[in-house]
This record gives sequence, C-alpha cells and structure tokens, in this order.
Amino acid sequence: MENTNYHKAASAADAASLLSGAEDGQLIAGGQTLLPTMKARLAAPSDLVDISGVADMRGVTVSGSSVTIGAMTTHAEVAGDASLRAACPAICDLAGKIGDPAVRHRGTIGGSVANNDPAADYPAAMLALGATIKTNAREIAADDFFTGMFDTALDEGEIILSVSFEAPAKGAYAKFPNPASRYAMCGVFVAQGAGGVRVAVTGAGNDGVFRASDMEAALGSNFAPDALDGTSVSADDMLSDLHGDGAYRANLVKVMAKRAVAAIA
Amino acid sequence: MTTVSMTVNGKAVTAEVEDRTLLVDFIREHLRLTGTHVGCDTSQCGACVVHVDGKAMKSCTMLAAQADGAAVTTIEGVANGDLHPMQKAFNDNHGLQCGFCTPGMVMSGIDMVNRYKAEGKTLDEAAIRHELEGNICRCTGYHNIVKSISQAAGEM
Ligand SMILES: Cc1cc2nc3c(=O)[nH]c(=O)nc-3n(C[C@H](O)[C@H](O)[C@H](O)COP(=O)(O)OP(=O)(O)OC[C@H]3O[C@@H](n4cnc5c(N)ncnc54)[C@H](O)[C@@H]3O)c2cc1C
Ligand code: FES
Ligand code: FES
Repeated sequence: MENTNYHKAASAADAASLLSGAEDGQLIAGGQTLLPTMKARLAAPSDLVDISGVADMRGVTVSGSSVTIGAMTTHAEVAGDASLRAACPAICDLAGKIGDPAVRHRGTIGGSVANNDPAADYPAAMLALGATIKTNAREIAADDFFTGMFDTALDEGEIILSVSFEAPAKGAYAKFPNPASRYAMCGVFVAQGAGGVRVAVTGAGNDGVFRASDMEAALGSNFAPDALDGTSVSADDMLSDLHGDGAYRANLVKVMAKRAVAAIA
Repeated sequence: MTTVSMTVNGKAVTAEVEDRTLLVDFIREHLRLTGTHVGCDTSQCGACVVHVDGKAMKSCTMLAAQADGAAVTTIEGVANGDLHPMQKAFNDNHGLQCGFCTPGMVMSGIDMVNRYKAEGKTLDEAAIRHELEGNICRCTGYHNIVKSISQAAGEM
C-alpha cells in the first residue's frame, strides 16, 4: 500500500478542514472497506483523516419511534443496542449479518452508507426506512442519496454525521449472502409503516440499491407473501457476473422479498 | 512518520512508524511478536485477529496509528503461566493441523466466549460455526476447532 499522511480529527469541523487542506484526502472511519482497497492499490489517498475520535458522531438515540444513529456507530453496536432492538429489530438483525464479528467491531454505518457498495446491506435499510442522511452541510433523503453503484449525492469533502428514521410498525430484512464474501447476492428490506409499504433491494440491481415499486404496490393492497406472485423483476436490470446471472438474481429478489414479508406478515 | 504509543500484552510500547504501517506489521516487524499471522491480502482469513481494547479485530485491516492509545492483546499475551483454557482446548481436541490459522482462531474463540457470556447467551455449536465466519482454516475442516471452542466455553 502507498504511503499516506494520517491525521486524527478532533471534531467534524476539524475533519472538514483537514480534508480541504489535503491534496487528495479521504476520511477513514472503520477502514474495513478503505484499507482493503488501499492494500489492493485501488486507492492511494495522500492523506487519511480519521474520524473515529469524534465522540458526537457515535451512538444510537431512540426517542419514541424516532431513531438517530451516529455515523461512527459500528455494526456491532447497532446489532447489540437494546433500545434500537425494541424500536426496529430489523436493522439490528441486518447489522448482525454484515461480514464477520471482527469486521463488525470496526466497520461503521456512515462508512457503509457513504461507500454505497452495490452489495452492501445498510443502503437497503436506509431506502426502505425512508431515512434522512445528515451531513455537515445539509440533510438528504435516502431516496435522493443513493445515485448509483458506489455513487452518492455527497459532495467532495462532505461528511455524514448521522442517519435518522421513524421506526416502522413492521420491518424485516432477508439476505442471501455470497457464500465466499458474505456480502449480499441479494438483500431485501421490507418496511410497513404510516407512509405505506417500502421495499428496497441491494446486491442484485445493476445500478446499485433500488426500490421495487410494483412490489410496494402489491404489498400495499395485500401484505402477504403471495401478493408478490403477480409481480415481475426484469433480468435485464440485474447484475450478471460469475456469482450469478441476471435471471438468477431476478428470481432471488422475489424469493428474498417473500421471506422478508413472511417474517412479519 | 507518526509516533504511536499503545499497550501490547500489558507492556507500554512507543515507536516511530510510517503512517501506512498496518497494526499487524507493527506487531510482527517492530515488536517481533510473530504469533499473529498474515494469511491473506483481502481481510478475509482472520489469521491476524488480535484484541484491541478487548474486542477481536483484524490487525491487517487497521493502521498502527488507529491503535494509538489502545490496549492490544496478541496470542503471546493470553497465557498466564499456564496455557489459556482456549489454548488448552485446542491442544486437547486436536483443533489444529498446520497451525497457521490457530492464533486467529484462539483470539476469535476467546472473543466470542466473552461476548456470549456478557450477554448471557448460550454458545452452541451452530453459534460457534456462525461466529467463525471470519476465520478460515484450510486444514482441519473446522470440526475439531468447533469442539475446542465449545470445551473452552465451558471452562472460561
Ligand atoms: C471481510 C469483509 C466482509 C464484509 N462483508 C460485508 C457485508 O456482508 N455487508 C456489507 O454491507 N458490508 C460488508 N463489508 C464492508 C463493511 O461493512 C465496511 O465496514 C463498510 O462498508 C465501510 O465502513 P467503514 O466504517 O469500514 O468505512 P471506511 O472503510 O473507513 O470508509 C469507506 C468509505 O466511506 C468514506 N466515509 C467513511 N465514513 C464517512 C462519513 N462519516 N462521511 C462521509 N464519508 C465517509 C471513506 O472516505 C471511504 O471512502 C465487509 C468488509 C470486509 C472486510
Ligand atoms: S491476514 Fe488479516 S484477514 Fe487475512
Ligand atoms: S490448521 Fe492449517 S490452516 Fe488451520
């Protein structure tokens, strides 16, 4: 891995100024994506700005049904938070299925959301929960945030501070992990709340995470696994790679959506 | 260059390292504690697992600078005169063949037993297999590793 200059930020504002002063700086949160990428020499930032010491970017707050999760909160902390489990167990279950225990001890929700890997789990939760992504500059609705594979609405140097959402009445996440990498071959998050039913799919789409609107409509009138029988997923919109072709993934989307609905219907 | 200070196996250490230095390289090359292994380049095998402030982490996927101020425990630090119950269990159950993955298996094993105990959950065979997701062994077929961790869970 190429050499870099390491900085530890004391606050989000400090991180922003360290980034703007660097030639080609990048934030480092848990490092569970960035360091493997640097080791493979697919990234070589001149400067790394570590935000792990920024205390107010960490932790879970639940007040009634309103949930806020700091960007630096690790997957293990989300999986193990008792108040969050009481409000929205599905997101705790999702966090507990990311990678393996050591990855969950370091990887963060902010890093996962910012990276928007097409096979990452959290983007599906953010989209299905209608979450708001709060940055040091503004608030962005999840529907506007995920703009394509590894692409988000974040501007250069913009820092995610937290994500927040209203816990739905019911929610579930069904994941079919790739047996080797544990990333999602397909993951479907279904949420049923005051605003109706939202269904978000990760791992399968050829342009990253997406909402399955015909599934949402079908479940809106009949919240049961069978309601999805009449819906169709186009193989042309799916990823097709050595792990599985488009038709295989299109089928997986329906199977995972049914499993998620069956868990809560 | 950056100065890092941390406690490794109870001993305070300070060194001047390149900013890109991975924690595993710091442990192996600077401290000469070569029990922690590197089995892959992709953060997947778990041979490098150590405890940082009491939690299992992949030392190949962490900068030494990120461990500044932390308490690190490596495989060399778990025995206390006698073998740790987890080490003894691997010995008793033939939980290794070549032994390359073993330091990571022992460190992950101790971590999972500690977590399950703290949460009051039972670490049964299915749970152990699931918890071992991030530790790869190319020799044993895992069976005796699972048996070892199960024995130690009853003794720790
Ligand atoms: C073996 C292994 C298995 C894995 N399995 C899964 C899996 O099954 N599912 C899954 O979803 N993920 C998986 N991951 C990825 C893991 O969840 C990462 O932790 C996560 O994707 C990135 O979070 P991080 O905190 O490690 O971010 P980093 O690696 O530190 O950063 C990732 C990117 O996000 C940027 N960034 C970080 N924080 C912020 C912020 N607050 N604001 C703006 N930008 C920011 C960084 O600059 C960088 O570009 C796996 C990783 C490994 C190594
Ligand atoms: S060497 Fe760290 S995971 Fe393989
Ligand atoms: S004993 Fe050889 S890799 Fe596990």
